[in-house]
Amino acid sequence: MSDSTAIANGTSPAAHEHAHPPYQRHHFESMGQQVDATSFAMWLFLLTEIMFFGGLFTAYLIYRNWYYPAFVAGSHQLSIMWGTLNTGVLISSSFTMAMGVWCAETRRKGGLVLCLVLTFLLGLVFLGIKTVEYSEKIEKHHVPGFHYSVQSFVDPQADPEIYKDYHDKPLRLDMARHTEVYFSLYFAMTGMHALHMIIGIAILGFMIFRAQAGSYTTGHITFVENFGLYWHFVDIVWIFLFPLLYLISRHG
Amino acid sequence: MSAHGEHEHLSKHDQNLHDFHDNLDHIVSPRIYIIVGATLLVFTGITVLASLFDMGPWNPVVALFIAVVKATIVVLFFMHVKYSSKLTKLTVGAGLFTFMALVGMTLADYFTRAWGRW
Repeated sequence: MSDSTAIANGTSPAAHEHAHPPYQRHHFESMGQQVDATSFAMWLFLLTEIMFFGGLFTAYLIYRNWYYPAFVAGSHQLSIMWGTLNTGVLISSSFTMAMGVWCAETRRKGGLVLCLVLTFLLGLVFLGIKTVEYSEKIEKHHVPGFHYSVQSFVDPQADPEIYKDYHDKPLRLDMARHTEVYFSLYFAMTGMHALHMIIGIAILGFMIFRAQAGSYTTGHITFVENFGLYWHFVDIVWIFLFPLLYLISRHG
Repeated sequence: MSAHGEHEHLSKHDQNLHDFHDNLDHIVSPRIYIIVGATLLVFTGITVLASLFDMGPWNPVVALFIAVVKATIVVLFFMHVKYSSKLTKLTVGAGLFTFMALVGMTLADYFTRAWGRW
């Protein structure tokens, strides 16, 4: 029975003190309804996120089709080793997050804190590897803007580390300039993904303290559950980014 | 948990907790999570191996197919959609349908125009 009904019926608040758990909001009929509504809202948010990243993916597919040689040459600048490693790191962090949700469901406080800390650390490892990759692009002037350099693409042999693996033919200057579009999309997509990771890691830091205080192991796990959905969604975005940016242009 | 396979169920004396608990009726067991995590890592290995072979236009198709399989596994198990309410399933389905329609129609437009110079 909700509070509003109780008041309407004239019963005193003390009479139904234990009618519902303290974390049930008064505008919900039951805990089940509250959980369904919250989960529905979280999924609606994730759908807007899918549309947001979907726009970037669509732009990538269209530009790749238009400037195919430039996108192949641009893609060859990425390290498949770092990309594969980061995919493994992110999948592991999704696993530890899923285990965290299980710990919260089964009220294991120590396990939950451990899982959240591991997820937090794996998220930082992912960003660390991303930093290494970004710094390579900065050093080679592959960041779009005034200092962008097409040298690796008009004269591939000037970039021996990449040339020894791919033996790319030189691009004409007009096509070589379009590699900047590839890197614009590369930084937009991985950058937006990294921003989601940073926000997720910040929330994880907050959750670690709350979990230590026992907040999520008393039966109310909505926050952990819905954060898990967010974290897995960020993982899914990377599952598509990795093949599209790193893998599919290997032989182009 | 093992007796009931994928789900953990409450014992009789815990039934009074049931109403107060968010999701006790469909807890996915760690065994499932371990299998799912390992499967995702194996598929990552497969997609990297597949990229070593020159399959011409099929390289992106194979890579995207594997990515879709991985994403589906994440959605069904890590995100609990397999065990979720019909409302959640419908929401996810509607979202995917809208996404496919928007992307599909955009691509159909761009790829069928003989614009020549861009």
